[in-house]
Amino acid sequence: MSIPTASSNASLRAFLHGLPGVDRVGADARAAGLGTRSIKTTAKRQAIDMAISMVDLTTLEGADTRGKVRAMCAKAVHPDPTDPTVPRVAAVCVYPDLVAEARDVVGSSGVKVASVATAFPSGRSSLEVKVADTAMAVAAGADEIDMVIDRGAFLSGDYVKVFEEIQAIKEACGEAHLKVILETGELATYDNVRRASWLAMLAGGDFIKTSTGKVQPAATLPVTLVMLEAVRDFRDREGRMVGVKPAGGIRTTKDAIKMLVLVNETAGPDWLDPDWFRLGASSVLNDLLMQRQKLTTGRYAGPDYFTLD
Amino acid sequence: MSERLSVRKTYKLYIGGAFPRSESGRSYVVTGAKGEFLANASKASRKDVRDAVTAARKAFPGWSSATAYNRGQILYRIAEMLEGRRAQFVSEVAEADGVSGKKAGELVDAAVDRLVWYAGWSDKISSLRGSANPVAGPYFNLSTPEPTGVVGVVAPPMGPLFGLVSVIAPVIVTGNTCVVIASERAPLPSITLAEVLATSDLPGGVVNILTGSAGEMAPWLAGHMDVNGLDLTGADAELAQKCEELAAENLKRVLRPNGKTDWAADPGTGRMTAFLETKTVWHPIGI
Repeated sequence: MSIPTASSNASLRAFLHGLPGVDRVGADARAAGLGTRSIKTTAKRQAIDMAISMVDLTTLEGADTRGKVRAMCAKAVHPDPTDPTVPRVAAVCVYPDLVAEARDVVGSSGVKVASVATAFPSGRSSLEVKVADTAMAVAAGADEIDMVIDRGAFLSGDYVKVFEEIQAIKEACGEAHLKVILETGELATYDNVRRASWLAMLAGGDFIKTSTGKVQPAATLPVTLVMLEAVRDFRDREGRMVGVKPAGGIRTTKDAIKMLVLVNETAGPDWLDPDWFRLGASSVLNDLLMQRQKLTTGRYAGPDYFTLD
Repeated sequence: MSERLSVRKTYKLYIGGAFPRSESGRSYVVTGAKGEFLANASKASRKDVRDAVTAARKAFPGWSSATAYNRGQILYRIAEMLEGRRAQFVSEVAEADGVSGKKAGELVDAAVDRLVWYAGWSDKISSLRGSANPVAGPYFNLSTPEPTGVVGVVAPPMGPLFGLVSVIAPVIVTGNTCVVIASERAPLPSITLAEVLATSDLPGGVVNILTGSAGEMAPWLAGHMDVNGLDLTGADAELAQKCEELAAENLKRVLRPNGKTDWAADPGTGRMTAFLETKTVWHPIGI
């Protein structure tokens, strides 16, 4: 089966519907099986540090203030101010109007600034507005753009619309990396997740991301598994590597480590890098820090000793 | 027809209102006063301690903000439920302590009375520990007692029911939540008590009961940064010293009674006040 070059609904449909179907029971069982791996002591220590360095520390609330964003960005640069050996996180993720604020705090620390765009989280707006939204975030200094796809168009089979929209946003991004949010919680089947993943990669996305975090279920293990298989197969065919970002519902260190196991066993160790795998979350960072402190001090840590966020 | 097989009870842990087995899968043999086999009890591990502390922390906001009246009513309810299962407790206490049925009955009655006694304190302790302080200025200055938080309790090895109730009730009546390490020698009444607690309107997680080795679990509880108080009544001298050292790191409130406690004596308010903080509020007069 050839990769479609000319974009028409018919050719995209022929390609996407020609992808092998996902065995739902098999995917669930595989993800659950990998979730039982026991990662302890020094391996756990390594996994925790790796997970911290992959976190996209996120705040996407209507109630976000400049102060809250500044506090979160300070935490992104120094997750645990009492322990300089803790790595910094990969990025902070904010709404477009707060990008400049975030940029100001993270400065040249190496922490990237990501911004959601394209009428996040619903994606219900015209292409012009979405492009303008993206351009505004990029102009304010965003290194990465998290766009949402038009799920309505995708589910009704208008693949070209979704494809062209991703292309247009990619163009508006310029130098910035583009993460494409599939919102898997609204895609209904794993087959759709696989198709949406391929569509986003074909259209030029640098990352595929599970969810906005506003819809449940969000980043489940089986959905992440299907997406990791997609990026693996895409590299085999096209030679281009695409990153994966599960987001939403990752709350504990155990959840995060399960994701890392899944990456290693599905896409392979090439993806075990903040450039190719991210964890979109906020509360998981404190749990990672608490577990890290437990390994360092030998006593269980308490949430009283970490920042509220 | 074949003879009916009796259904034996599985003694498990009590964490967050549920009865899980130990995460470690371990158990140990519990024997009676004469060395006869009684049952297998769960042998909890440090991870069960961790889970119990998480459950206790989760239960704390709800329990500490319940009205004193409501907490008192729930303690009365525990006493009622305990009374209703008197026969079961009498036989378990008799087996564990090797005492006569009559003596065991007295111990169970004493436990019920102790609960009622502490229940009555729920809305009175603030009058005892609170005060209106005279200050040099146009302010009301009021001090009120507040619960400390999550309290770790090492229950006394002797007095598997009476002693246990006498250490749990004073901790929870003021709004604390607790993780209790039951008597290692006689843990069975503690799990039966957990069944009483689970059916007494006491929110899950307010009391968590672990059976197993105190020497193994207590240091984890003492070192845990999310535990605010520690009652070392049941710890021997060596263990108590070790726990006190660990508890010093995050300034836990530690109760370490001198010598042997006589449970039959008037308990006084010491056990309640050991796990209370004082909140003082200044309020301008005339506004």
